[in-house]
Amino acid sequence: MELQDIIRPENKVYAAPELLDQVHMHYCPGCSHGVIHKLVAEVIAELGITERAVGVSPVGCAVFAYNYIDCDWIEAAHGRAPAVATAASRLWPENVVFTYQGDGDMSAIGTAETIHAANRGENIVMIFVNNAIYGMTGGQMAPTTLLGQKTATSPYGRRVDLNGYPLEITNLLKELDGTCYVTRQSVHTPANVRKTKAALKKAFQNAMEKKGTSVVEVVSTCNSGWKMSPEKANEWMAQHMFEKYPLGDLKLS
Amino acid sequence: MAKIKGAVTVNKERCKGCNLCVVACPTDTLSLQPLEVNDRGYHFAYMSNPDACIGCCSCALVCPDACIEVYRVKLD
Repeated sequence: MELQDIIRPENKVYAAPELLDQVHMHYCPGCSHGVIHKLVAEVIAELGITERAVGVSPVGCAVFAYNYIDCDWIEAAHGRAPAVATAASRLWPENVVFTYQGDGDMSAIGTAETIHAANRGENIVMIFVNNAIYGMTGGQMAPTTLLGQKTATSPYGRRVDLNGYPLEITNLLKELDGTCYVTRQSVHTPANVRKTKAALKKAFQNAMEKKGTSVVEVVSTCNSGWKMSPEKANEWMAQHMFEKYPLGDLKLS
Repeated sequence: MAKIKGAVTVNKERCKGCNLCVVACPTDTLSLQPLEVNDRGYHFAYMSNPDACIGCCSCALVCPDACIEVYRVKLD
């Protein structure tokens, strides 16, 4: 069978989601953000909430998420995405509101908003992209940076006596009564991509059913910040990040 | 047993040559163009061994720029 006989519309089994705009993404080659954007776009379309979904984009690499996923978006001040999402979901209860935040936005400057929004049990989805580094500003140490990890501001590796321990904010959110679903996933292999999509779908369904706050952490790579090739970054993540940030559901209710 | 035959198309202008699809492919179908580059200067992915493709979608799932479309047919 020739190639042109296979490449026909009736044989298509996978294509880019329609909600993902066909513009060039500003992310570095191999960035996990692209995969997560794709999954969010797929899940919103599959749940049929294109007209009701409102995203809140953060400050960080994902700040331009509103240019890439074709639903309604609000751009929040740095770290304030959960506060803005609270307003959006309370004022328009029929909407499905989600935040899309990195580790700088969610676990550094926005820790207070994150914890209180989850504690109030707002009906929102928080998508937390944890790559253990400040990617947009050039690879500085984040609260989630691993012990011993070299960054621009910890060139000899993160030290406990100087910088403290990595912050596992998802584990903190798990303890709060307001959260209904807390999970940690990754997107480095096809199987993990499928699991993350299922987790995102469940989280959005929880928001539609007004069950409380759902948190989906995606352990990701920042190959530019880590100074590695994309495939080496994935290997490094599997070797080192999963020890501190083990994958799986932390809370199901 | 029915045999599965697949094929992929790569949006070469959108591809950034990150190599993740090449790593994810279980049948070594894909490679990066060794010499040719796209408008942005990236060595884009292409099917270097099209006969091996089984249309499993692994490459498309891990592609961060959503530039891969997958086609699959069942041969009797």
